Amino acid sequence: MDKKYGVYICTGCGIGDTLDMEDLVYVPDEEGINCTTHPFLCSKEGVALIQKDVDDEKVNAMVIGACSRRVNFDVFNFEGCIVERANLREGVVWPHSREKYPKLEKDQKDDEEHFDPIQMKAEDYIKMGMIRVEKVKLPEPYKTESFSRKILVLGGGVTGMSSALDAAKAGYDVTIVEKTDKLGGYAANMRSQMPVCEPFETLRPSIADDLIAEVESFSNIDIKTTTEVARIAGQPGEFLVTLKTPGEKIAFDVPFPLPEEMLVDENGKDLTAEDAHAKFLEYNEGREDILKRDPDGELYGAVILAAGWRPDVLEGEKYEHLGIDLDDVVTNDEFEKIAAKGKIVRPSDGKEAKNVVFIQSPGKDEDDADFEYTGSVTSQVALKQAKYVRDDYQDGKAYIIYQHMRTPGLQEYFYKSMQQEDGIFMTKGAVTEVAPQGNGLSVTATNTLLGENLAIKADMVVVAGGMVPVTKDDPVINLAYRQGPGFRDNDIFGQYADSNYICFPYETQRTGIYAAGAVRRAMTIEESMEDATGAALKAIQCIESSNKGISVHPRSGDMTFPDFFFQRCTQCKRCTVECPFGALDDDEKGTPMANPTRCRRCGTCMGACPERIISFADYTIDSIGSQVKAIGVPSEDDYDEPPFRFLALICENDAFPALDMVGMNRMDYSPNVRFIPIRCLGSFNVIWVKDALAQGMDGVILIGCKHGDDYQCHFIKGSELAETRIKKIGDALSSLALEKERVAFTEIAIDEYDKLPEIVNAFADEVEALGPNPFKGF
Amino acid sequence: MTTDNLAPVSGSLMVVGGGISGLTTALEAAEMGYEVFLVEKEASLGGRVSQLKHYFPKLCPPTCGLEINYRRIKDNKNIKVFTMSEVQNVDGSAGDYTVTVKTAPRYVNENCTACGECAKVCDTEISNEFNFGMDRRKAAYLPHNMAFPMRYIMDPAMSTDDRDKIKDVCKYEAIDFDMEEKTLDLKVGAIVWNTGWTPYDATKIDNLGFGRYQNVVTNMMLERMASSNGPTAGKILRPSDDKEPETIAFAQCAGSRDENHLHYCSYICCMASLKHATYLRAQYPDAKIYIYYIDLRTPGLKYENFYAKLKEDENIFFVKGKVAEVSEEEGSGNLNLVAEDTISGEKIRQTVDMLILATGMQPNTAIDKPNVELNYNEDGFIINDFSKGGMFAAGCANKPADVVTSNQNATGMALKAIHTLVRRG
Repeated sequence: MDKKYGVYICTGCGIGDTLDMEDLVYVPDEEGINCTTHPFLCSKEGVALIQKDVDDEKVNAMVIGACSRRVNFDVFNFEGCIVERANLREGVVWPHSREKYPKLEKDQKDDEEHFDPIQMKAEDYIKMGMIRVEKVKLPEPYKTESFSRKILVLGGGVTGMSSALDAAKAGYDVTIVEKTDKLGGYAANMRSQMPVCEPFETLRPSIADDLIAEVESFSNIDIKTTTEVARIAGQPGEFLVTLKTPGEKIAFDVPFPLPEEMLVDENGKDLTAEDAHAKFLEYNEGREDILKRDPDGELYGAVILAAGWRPDVLEGEKYEHLGIDLDDVVTNDEFEKIAAKGKIVRPSDGKEAKNVVFIQSPGKDEDDADFEYTGSVTSQVALKQAKYVRDDYQDGKAYIIYQHMRTPGLQEYFYKSMQQEDGIFMTKGAVTEVAPQGNGLSVTATNTLLGENLAIKADMVVVAGGMVPVTKDDPVINLAYRQGPGFRDNDIFGQYADSNYICFPYETQRTGIYAAGAVRRAMTIEESMEDATGAALKAIQCIESSNKGISVHPRSGDMTFPDFFFQRCTQCKRCTVECPFGALDDDEKGTPMANPTRCRRCGTCMGACPERIISFADYTIDSIGSQVKAIGVPSEDDYDEPPFRFLALICENDAFPALDMVGMNRMDYSPNVRFIPIRCLGSFNVIWVKDALAQGMDGVILIGCKHGDDYQCHFIKGSELAETRIKKIGDALSSLALEKERVAFTEIAIDEYDKLPEIVNAFADEVEALGPNPFKGF
Repeated sequence: MTTDNLAPVSGSLMVVGGGISGLTTALEAAEMGYEVFLVEKEASLGGRVSQLKHYFPKLCPPTCGLEINYRRIKDNKNIKVFTMSEVQNVDGSAGDYTVTVKTAPRYVNENCTACGECAKVCDTEISNEFNFGMDRRKAAYLPHNMAFPMRYIMDPAMSTDDRDKIKDVCKYEAIDFDMEEKTLDLKVGAIVWNTGWTPYDATKIDNLGFGRYQNVVTNMMLERMASSNGPTAGKILRPSDDKEPETIAFAQCAGSRDENHLHYCSYICCMASLKHATYLRAQYPDAKIYIYYIDLRTPGLKYENFYAKLKEDENIFFVKGKVAEVSEEEGSGNLNLVAEDTISGEKIRQTVDMLILATGMQPNTAIDKPNVELNYNEDGFIINDFSKGGMFAAGCANKPADVVTSNQNATGMALKAIHTLVRRG
């Protein structure tokens, strides 16, 4: 586009009272750029004034010097124009008052003693805005070469069928892939199930049969049983899927990364890259590389992972006291199978089991946790199975020994209703021993509600084993991604394919693939069905967003995507490795191949690239670097004691709003810091530090989200990566005789705005104590 | 049964309630291309979670996710937000509703720049309900510093004198005391009720002393005390004398799982109290914390891990038993508790500085039912009828739930609502 620049400065909200407008307007004027001021720029008249300039084709790239870009976003929105907001209000005049920084007298303006730190900051922000609109482009959406709206559902259980139905009802074609020879999953083999709706009181027949019938009645649902995924290649909107019969070995089975123990030689030393690659090829012999396209593959737009769970295997010393090896001590899963066949009988001799003890927690008296992978499901299953005992035998007795009865929410009514049942006894307690006694078993428990020591004679004992997500054993989705076939970081969720975000439960590190049901948390049927609907929505949404060339959450609607200048690529692979979403696949040479619809536009690749060849239309190394270079750095040539200059690169998602709040609360901090919001600290490129220090700035601080297992970074590891990068640069500074304290990293949560001034000031003080940057003025 | 080729995306839906679940339903539908009217009765979106310092178990601030959601609204022209608004009436049937929305006067128009000059000159003060009345605020106020939309509101209690001063001081002609209630009819195909919850009224729990003794506070009040934008700027102090508490007790199931109050389990209070223990611990390394419970409902890996971490704290004591009686020690403001240890059967008598009531959640529809034909259970939660379609409840209007579950439910409910539109599209 042929850019026509303009600057508009609002003098309202204290901006005009605090700043010297004449001097401020001079900044664009000097560059020959028209600058208009208005006392109330966000008013109808103010906006009309800008719109008129747009309509008259006088301007299409503008800087609006007014409030923070977080407010009046809809007001300063001009179709087809590049708009940059210079934050004069929350960023300059609100935090820094004239009481603290008095206006200069006329005669002080040109001497070498006085300067006006607030005015300097405002002028810098206008300059930084001007250079940014010069450097960026209007984005144009990415279009995939092929496109499919079909949805692939992995798993034909209750969750998978529910997802399929919900997507089909919205008009989408769905394929259900089920490993076994029939639909229904675990629920199809149960005797009864817990209530899924009001009144939450009685057992009901399994819902699986109803769902199977409904699924089969939909012509836009294709069912493939005895099938699994060999690989999913490509990207949202055009996933290229190879299916196969379970157990079959085919060329398009996805190659797996080498297990860790194979990455070292016999002496325990790390293999060289070449050796590791050779071993990788050997390990995956007969399997095509991830970039090889399956000519017979089928296109899908998005994937729902509803592969479910398997019963936990309870073995070993941990469960020895529960008599886990005895014939008549069974898991809840084994008990369900017995119950599904008919009356409850003992495995050892087929005799009627009328006295059954249900054990919910294995920790003796030392630990009150439930079995692993249980959630609140096993408490409810015990109630259900206790009812089976009562249904089968008039004189049947069921005892549930729990540490904490877990029937949250309205499931409490199910608990209450079971409490009314004669012959179901429940107590808190710690089971210390299960042992054979006569023709049966004896169960001993302590600290129960029925007395200190409880001994029960039982025909059978049922232990409440958990629901292990199948992703613990197998990635299932088998992605042909360079980063590997499964979801990343499942280890922090105990191998569940869960989201790290409380607000955004469908957020995964693999765009276009949404997990639902027991694969992400132990869930009841009721919860799984709800979850299935949500996943179906996210799958559809991702397909439609990919079709429009826009990003999905959290930068929903973003039309930009990474662009590579390949001539300068050194095949270092950092972008491929660091991308939180596995969006890049490199070829055998190591040249990255972008999959733009997998991309979530965080810019981590741009930050990682040492050659700086990655950019987005409106966000580039040069656009930020030029902003840094636009910052005025006064030296001793200008003033006797020139003010220090600091650069703060801050996360626009959390730290920037916190900074706005600092302004709103009129909290002061060093006015010598210039803040540049960036997409994510993951997009921080070390060149910006060099840019800042080379032009004489005294220090650089990065402010981003908290990292660690409970990371708050919206792009997984952005702040963590930035910290690593800046630590490295700190070391490099020492070799230039610059103190490494001149660069710093800090974590802040959005609500910790009250700490921000302190953090900024402490950094400024520390650097000021070191003295000015020796390169200043060169 | 079959659905013909993809119906073009068209149609509108309404989401009632702009808390975290309403935001979720609205945004997920809007990002699929549907037009969404989001109706919120308060002056700002964000709902109940905007009053929380942290979410459990991550201990991350809800404002982080809200900020992202607000940005999604800013970037999406499909969403139209109506604050200070309620549904007055719904006519028509699934696929074709006419909803009458009533908007209360804010006395501030779109000109407001949130500069704050009005609050500076305003002398009238009102009780700050965002902080459960624990402090007062100016009658010209921003709901809170993360409010969305970022616009002031004038409380009708404001004095005439203040009104004149404010009209004078506002440079942007944003103040309009002649503003009146407005109604508007909107056509939508489906409605999702994300009307959320209210903390159970603790004054109804006679034996626990709330309202009689200052140092008995609710869990939601503690949440405000711990928040940096709360009444004590984040410092938890005991209300009677601003003393730093040394012993704190939590009474779980305060009003939940109780035949005289809420019969169901409120889902979140166990984890909430454990989270509150972390707030207290961060400020008072030596404080003794007693948690009286019936069952600790901390299911699943993430919650069990959180509980396990707290169990390692030697000064946090978990007592299986219900607090039965509370009385105030004369002069000191300390509280004498009587509880029964259900394991030992012994009566426990204990004196504490503060008692936190883990009050549960009551659906807003139990207290104030909208003028619409909806099915409720006996507790006031809305029962969904998917075969009927048209109107659905999501989040805590449907059942007690934590934020994760609410948002799963709220995401799915957007699709259920869309089914109604597609069917008729």
